[in-house]
Amino acid sequence: MARLGMVIDTRRCVGCMDCVVACKTENSTPEGMNRDWITCATRGRFPHLSMTIRSERCNHCDEPPCVTCCPTGASHVHEWGGVVLVAKEECIGCKACLASCPYDARYVNPDGYADKCTFCIHRVEKGQDPACVSVCPTRCMYFGDLDLPESEVSRLLASRKHHAVLPEAGTKPRIFYLE
Amino acid sequence: MSPALSEFVTTAHSPATDPHLHVWGWEIPVYLFLGGFTAGIMVLSGWALWRGRRNARSHPTFSLASSGLFMLALATISLGMLALFLDLAHKPYVWRLYLTMKPWSPMSWGSWILLLVYPVLVAAVLLEPPHRLVRLLPAIGPLSQRLADDMRVRRGLGFVSMATGIGLGIYTGILLSALGARPLWSSGLLGPLFLASGLSSSAAFAHWASPEPDERRQMAWLDNLFLVIELGLIGMLLIGLASSTEAHAEAARLVLGGPYTAVFWVGVVGLGIVVPLVIQSLAVTHRIIHTPIAPILVMLGGLALRFVIVSAGQISHWPRLS
Repeated sequence: MARLGMVIDTRRCVGCMDCVVACKTENSTPEGMNRDWITCATRGRFPHLSMTIRSERCNHCDEPPCVTCCPTGASHVHEWGGVVLVAKEECIGCKACLASCPYDARYVNPDGYADKCTFCIHRVEKGQDPACVSVCPTRCMYFGDLDLPESEVSRLLASRKHHAVLPEAGTKPRIFYLE
Repeated sequence: MSPALSEFVTTAHSPATDPHLHVWGWEIPVYLFLGGFTAGIMVLSGWALWRGRRNARSHPTFSLASSGLFMLALATISLGMLALFLDLAHKPYVWRLYLTMKPWSPMSWGSWILLLVYPVLVAAVLLEPPHRLVRLLPAIGPLSQRLADDMRVRRGLGFVSMATGIGLGIYTGILLSALGARPLWSSGLLGPLFLASGLSSSAAFAHWASPEPDERRQMAWLDNLFLVIELGLIGMLLIGLASSTEAHAEAARLVLGGPYTAVFWVGVVGLGIVVPLVIQSLAVTHRIIHTPIAPILVMLGGLALRFVIVSAGQISHWPRLS
């Protein structure tokens, strides 16, 4: 079984938010709610400051707390690719998944169910990249099977220094940032 | 030298999570309090049933093991479940809870415990049904007589009531502590703490409302014991958080100098635990008379505890700059 994941090159990302717009367009996310977003972290002591820009979304964790805590099984791991999804017709809107996610990656859809990034599974199943990856003007985003040694994401992770967000939360996230 | 800068900007702007999680309003603390209160009644009255206690009066009262107290528990758990239902964002799908059993989801097994609570409470009411109910449903009379006269039934029901009550009380805390993304809730002590608080609130109510003077004295003693346990658990919870990772220590600081300090130490600990503990200690040693003041403070303190834990827990988070 594939284990889909994403690698994002923080040296190339300029925070243009094309990925955010592409996601909103592709998935018709409700006004005021986003499945992906840009974070900008600035650290240091003037004039020696460093800035990291990241395109963030659901990390489709290997050990997703949102799936564990879901009382109905609405939050589940897709049989192909290990993508974490929500079956809206099974969701009761208890919001435990929102509270369990250390990345605050979920929101409550105005129709009442929990919603989040799907890695554009409807596109991936047709052999396409997620919308955010396909539009990135700096080509800083890579998508593929983390378990396949010859995939581009695996080769990048093997050759470049990288990190995940909040690994200390213990959820084993599957989005990695190249440094 | 200029100060060190550590700034984090996000474009997420989700109304549920920015600037911090705020998905649960008044409904969840009210539900957790009423669930804990019901659990406490089930444990205390279950214990009285198990000991073979019978209600000496011919009408329903709020003495332990009486149908009045079990009917009150039916009302409080129903109100709690109503509050829980009001919180759901996808209400028409609530029945989905009962199509599956997710052993690792406290909310799942909690929903099944809630389903078990009803038959236990109804069976307990049937041991001494109110006269009005017997007049409405005459068939209940002989059935109740048979149940009430059988000591094995009383003791068995008492045991089941205690076990279900303990499960319900602990579940109300575990529900939160299973959500590790919120460091304030990330402690196994929340289950015992909420159980102790539920037991304390129900003992306080029995202390206030029981018509039996001996029972009132007994409940005041017992409530004092639960309050001391609660105080100890709060202390251990805060020590555990403060001595853990930076995220957990930051969560503890919400009530140790942070925005929830005053309401926690004055409302929950001071007025909800210490003051009633002093008043009830004086009452049980016959220095002052028993009044409703201490029991009311205990119950309000129990409610305030849930409000503070639920609200502050949603503010606590892992560091975003990681």
